[in-house]
Amino acid sequence: MLLIRCPYCEEERPELEFRNAGEAHIARSANMAGESDDDFEKFFFIRSNPKGIIYERWRHIHGCARFFNAVRDTVTDKFVMTYKAGEPKPAKLPGASK
Amino acid sequence: MSGAFRIPSAGRLSQAKTARFSFDGQSYTGIEGDTLASALLANGVHLVGRSFKYHRPRGFLSAGAEEPNALVEVKRDDARKAPNIRATVQELYDGLVAQSQNRWPSLAFDVGAVNDIASPLFSAGFYYKTFMWPKAAWKSLYEPKIRAAAGLGVSPDKPDPDHYSSRYAHCDVLVLGGGAAGIAAALAAAETGARVILADEQADFGGSLRFETGAKIDGQDGYAWAQGAIAKLKAMDNVRVLSRTTAFGYYAQNFVGLVERVSDHLQSPGHDLPRERLWQVRAKRVVLATGSIERHMVFADNDRPGIMLASAARIFLNHYGVAVGKNVGVYTANDSAYAAAIDLKKAGVNIAAIVDLRDHPTGPVIDEARALGIEVNFGRAVIRAGGKLRVTSMTVQPKNGGGERTIPVDAILMSAGWTPSVHLFSQSRGKVAFNDETKRFVPGIYAQDCVSVGACNGTDGLAASIDEAYAAGAKAAKDAGAKTAKGTKPKVDASESWSRGMLGAAPGAGPDKTVKAFVDFQNDVTAKDIRQAVHEGMRSIEHVKRFTTNGMATDQGKTSNMHGLAIAAETLGKPIPEVGLTTFRAPYTPVTFGAIVSHSRGPLFDPTRKTAIHPWAEAQGAVFEDVGQWKRAWYFPRGSEDMHAAVDRECVAVRTNAGLFDASTLGKIEVVGPDAAKFMELLYTNPWEKLEPGRCRYGIMLREDGFIYDDGVVGRLAPDRFHVTTTTGGAPRVMNHMEDYLQTEFPHLNVWLTSITEQWAVIAVQGPKSRDIIAPLVEGIDMSDQALPHMSVREGKICGVPTRLFRMSFTGERGFEVNVPADYGQAVWEALWAEGQKHGAAAYGTEAMHVLRAEKGYIIVGQDTDGTVTPNDAGLDWAVGKKKADFVGIRGLTRPDLVAKGRKQLVGLKTKDPKVVLEEGAQIVADPKQAIPMKMIGHVTSSYWSQNCGRSIALGLVAGGRDRMGETLYVPMPNGVIEVEVAGMVFFDETGGRLNG
Ligand SMILES: [Zn+2]
Repeated sequence: MLLIRCPYCEEERPELEFRNAGEAHIARSANMAGESDDDFEKFFFIRSNPKGIIYERWRHIHGCARFFNAVRDTVTDKFVMTYKAGEPKPAKLPGASK
Repeated sequence: MSGAFRIPSAGRLSQAKTARFSFDGQSYTGIEGDTLASALLANGVHLVGRSFKYHRPRGFLSAGAEEPNALVEVKRDDARKAPNIRATVQELYDGLVAQSQNRWPSLAFDVGAVNDIASPLFSAGFYYKTFMWPKAAWKSLYEPKIRAAAGLGVSPDKPDPDHYSSRYAHCDVLVLGGGAAGIAAALAAAETGARVILADEQADFGGSLRFETGAKIDGQDGYAWAQGAIAKLKAMDNVRVLSRTTAFGYYAQNFVGLVERVSDHLQSPGHDLPRERLWQVRAKRVVLATGSIERHMVFADNDRPGIMLASAARIFLNHYGVAVGKNVGVYTANDSAYAAAIDLKKAGVNIAAIVDLRDHPTGPVIDEARALGIEVNFGRAVIRAGGKLRVTSMTVQPKNGGGERTIPVDAILMSAGWTPSVHLFSQSRGKVAFNDETKRFVPGIYAQDCVSVGACNGTDGLAASIDEAYAAGAKAAKDAGAKTAKGTKPKVDASESWSRGMLGAAPGAGPDKTVKAFVDFQNDVTAKDIRQAVHEGMRSIEHVKRFTTNGMATDQGKTSNMHGLAIAAETLGKPIPEVGLTTFRAPYTPVTFGAIVSHSRGPLFDPTRKTAIHPWAEAQGAVFEDVGQWKRAWYFPRGSEDMHAAVDRECVAVRTNAGLFDASTLGKIEVVGPDAAKFMELLYTNPWEKLEPGRCRYGIMLREDGFIYDDGVVGRLAPDRFHVTTTTGGAPRVMNHMEDYLQTEFPHLNVWLTSITEQWAVIAVQGPKSRDIIAPLVEGIDMSDQALPHMSVREGKICGVPTRLFRMSFTGERGFEVNVPADYGQAVWEALWAEGQKHGAAAYGTEAMHVLRAEKGYIIVGQDTDGTVTPNDAGLDWAVGKKKADFVGIRGLTRPDLVAKGRKQLVGLKTKDPKVVLEEGAQIVADPKQAIPMKMIGHVTSSYWSQNCGRSIALGLVAGGRDRMGETLYVPMPNGVIEVEVAGMVFFDETGGRLNG
């Protein structure tokens, strides 16, 4: 069971308290109704499936209930870092493998 | 006397404490502290099982957890029959009853042994080759037959009456393995004050100190030192010492699963003790001190009972005081078997000969063996063992060929060397490295905060192991944040010599194809099978493993993996690391389901949710159904009514007079804040800004893809306050969905979301007389149709308690939903019930609720929709705000496929024969005479007998359904084709006049 640091609780808690909520940094258009088919496809259906670093949304569902973002390495399964929802993709990753 | 082979002067058990037991119906006497294995051996019993595939007679290979052969059933009573128990692990208690497995009619005469003669049929890959065709026969014929013939133990057929417990634990340093290295590491860590857990799978700590008579530490015999150290550790507040505890799985971030066998060794455990306890430990640092496992020699018929690992014979002698034979042969490729021969010789057992495959070994143990008068042969191999139910001889030959000599023996001790136990390290995702010099896989690259010490790290010699372990224990504690140690390192005064061994097949293992030289005893894999796998094209060890099943039994190849790998490498002509080592996976040894499930069984398997009105329904004799975790009253049978009669009566009562229904399980969410209406606009398809306070609206929630996600009636209590209802099953995910958008997409909106499902009990009062029932109990609300029309909500009091009174209907009748604080739910229900009795009201359950709503064509999300249905498909286009600029799902709704012609649409279905009730889920076709597979154009989603309509009614999703009104379609069923007519979705009161009273 992984340990995940909730950026709101500022604590590492067991994975059981969290739920994955899909890929992060996929912004919903401010003009949703006007999106082209291609753009909507990218927004709703297409997800990256990298070997290595992935940016994900998680929710501390059995804790503070906040959604936040996480950087995880899909090879080692390790969480590289977590940060609050709405914050930009971190430019530099601490101790990332590869 | 506890057996003819017990040597009173040897071992550590108290001869006075005897324990009686039985094996295959025969009674024996052992000693407390024995394992079942040592007690049987003390009585001269070696034959304890039949092998998996060939039904070969088998004895004990080992004295520990690695045992592949001696699997027995231990029975306390009919429900407590544990199969596949390793006799080398099961501790003896007075009255223990065990029996052998995989034999019929008896262990000595087993009909299945014909497999041994027919063994060419069962060679490597036989599962894949023999039973490939016909495919259908696999399930019906081959698999059951193979399972019956080749199974091991029989699982118990009664529920497990024992209980199991589970604990979480946190520590600074977790030490796995309680031999010399583990104890040294634990001492060093504990002395710093760090929180330490030390676990060992044995009942006794000490590891190999249990048999290494040559070890002296801190001036004491090694075993005595271990016991003293354990006593010291147990006395420390910061240390938890767990014996009989196996670390079976090493998971992410130093999360380790341990299982403690709490009472399997006790004669009468009593009910207050669990059978086993699961420990889920999170450790800052882990020290792996898991030792090493001795390998057997691979030669012809090396599986005969009486042939065992040299270290096992030493444990049986030095710990349990049992001689494994009277005339013992030794076959070895390293030094450690000499120590076994020396110990036995000194205890008075005749050593027939030591056969050493090495050409010119030298060392103190060899000199000592010679000095004791033991015959020692170098450069020779045991090419065959004689005997069947028990070994009777060993045939010796110079290893490069020459004259054979057969030596009578009643036991053979073997040692090919030692394999570091890297299982847990490998489970931690560490990468092993092959040491070419010592021919061992040892820990290489670490993936977690752990360290290996002692034999499992390939560290040879007691002093070096203790040095390494003590330093590692202190460092682990320091790394976990503890202070520097202030203790003293144990000092090794004497230890035993160590030498390398060999890997793979010895000269007596073929290449003659009829030779059975076992590599994997538990899965009956021979050296020949592995060579054959390579000859048939397997190149990687992972393929060889699957083709031969080598190492795939429950012992996970603890003794066989390295031999199998070496034979494959030799046959391939490649170095060992290029062939690769298989990955070790959890569990290290088998774990019971009971330990993993722990208390989560029976009523504790899943939480049960009950409404405030549940006790009333129960007292009325309601039949309940499970809806998610909720118990809901399904129907309320009166007298001898069956379900059909009860539901018919309830449905008629609602439309004739009135009905009371417990709707408390409905999901309820309060949406509050200055931007509440803006938020509702975005989350639901409907317009909300203009909904006046005091009014309600039926809302539809979509996902972004445009499909219906949930629905429910929403009441606006105030400009900034909405009382939202959701489906019973959808409540948690709707809340999650709302929170997700509020927190991440629309965080600028000033809104608060609160789940209020359990705060409000909901009593639906429906039917022409519903207002008459409620009105006398209500204060402060004008109940007239003008003041409280259909789809409105008021706050006031009922029975003196606050209420949110909704005028709404899921039946098509004049209806109300009375929300009251849950604590008052049953009292208000009882008051309404009393009023209802004056008006002929009935209580109705979920089944009648379903029928009544279907009569009106009201959909149930999740039943009439399945995640691929749009509002338009469901005939609910009217609920989508056409002028809205945005809502979740707005873009999805215009996707090409969602606006295409011919989509499945929800319609009513009337059977031509009104008495026939369709089956929900049944498929619909346009032409029943077409060839199979037919083109299916839809399916039935809801179907009931409607007493109010006097006929069956159904809803279904049908391609282009709304353009097929009046068309005849067909529902092919096993007993014939049912004709149906496509109709509108409303079967009762089409104009809806009854809603308004
Ligand atoms: Zn949190």
